Amino acid sequence: MTYDILIVGGGPAGLSAAVNGRARGKSVLLLSSPMADNPLWKAERVENYLGLPGVTGPELLGAFRRHAKASGAEIRELRALSAMPVGETWYLSGEEHVFEGRSLVLAAGAVRGKALPGEERLLGRGVSYCATCDGMLYRGRDVVVLGWTESAEREADFLRRIGCAVRFHDRPQGVEILGEDAVTGVRVNGREEKADAVFLLRPAVAPTALLPGLAVENGAVTVDRNMATNLPGVFAAGDCTGGPYQAAKAAGEGLIAGQSAAKWADRTNQ
Amino acid sequence: MALEHWNAAGFAEASTSDQLVVVDFWADWCGPCRMLGPTVEELAERYDGKARVGKVNVDADPELARHFGIMSIPTVVFLKGGKEIARKVGVMPAAVYDGLVRENL
Repeated sequence: MTYDILIVGGGPAGLSAAVNGRARGKSVLLLSSPMADNPLWKAERVENYLGLPGVTGPELLGAFRRHAKASGAEIRELRALSAMPVGETWYLSGEEHVFEGRSLVLAAGAVRGKALPGEERLLGRGVSYCATCDGMLYRGRDVVVLGWTESAEREADFLRRIGCAVRFHDRPQGVEILGEDAVTGVRVNGREEKADAVFLLRPAVAPTALLPGLAVENGAVTVDRNMATNLPGVFAAGDCTGGPYQAAKAAGEGLIAGQSAAKWADRTNQ
Repeated sequence: MALEHWNAAGFAEASTSDQLVVVDFWADWCGPCRMLGPTVEELAERYDGKARVGKVNVDADPELARHFGIMSIPTVVFLKGGKEIARKVGVMPAAVYDGLVRENL
């Protein structure tokens, strides 16, 4: 089926976009990482969410997600990998699945920290962000998985199951990716390990990695007052559009993005 | 000829062509690869008779993928006179592939 609105990101911005898209009667599919990977999950107390002083991050996020589910949005825990337009339709891939939508809302969070040494140079030459896509190419070979998410270990297990020789590092520090034309290894905490591939699993994906051609400034997606990006039918909300990195700001932007996406879907659905 | 599906022998024949050859390395467990499918089909139709556009399944023909050093899919490789002239790793906007074909016909 073709959804009216596809949403990437299960934080306050994405869930708010989902609720507001549903409020306008639109079909909504939202791809999210597990809740425990959301930065809000780690907040012990949120003091500035209007009307709910002292609420915990998990309470707030759980309430947001229940609300979105109850509104009728479809929520799937899948890693969004890339999106592309074909005519008036947006295609979105989540792991091995492909979804179609009339509009797209990016709410995938802010990428914290810089690329690792060697990461950009060796991307597609042994550096990969997708275990399910590229794992099979490394069966019987040495791979290193560097995980910064709760679900990373599961993906490392997936690689083991299909026959890769896996070394997993949970939230490693001081990482360098080694190799000239292709990955030959990694250095983690000063120790070198041989590897043919390095899988980097982070909680947020750079919006331009998801959607080449998207306009960004200093890493933040460029949007107008309607949360519209430079690409037709694509809207953005929350941390990915820049600070302040606060739940209330994200929920507000998500509302606007959800309504704008609903309007766009009406326009293209005639 | 519309979109072709190449095994090692089929690819060997196609790569001797004087025309531009476009190879899409893919697999059915790869969402982004399937997403790119319609774009590659469109290239095959648009440049029918001017370029040869085909797909290689990396599961069915792993040695062909290895020969090309495919480390991430989808990867689209452009060849002329049997020599690689360009490659694009990952999903790009359709215009990127179209532009590379037009420049190299």
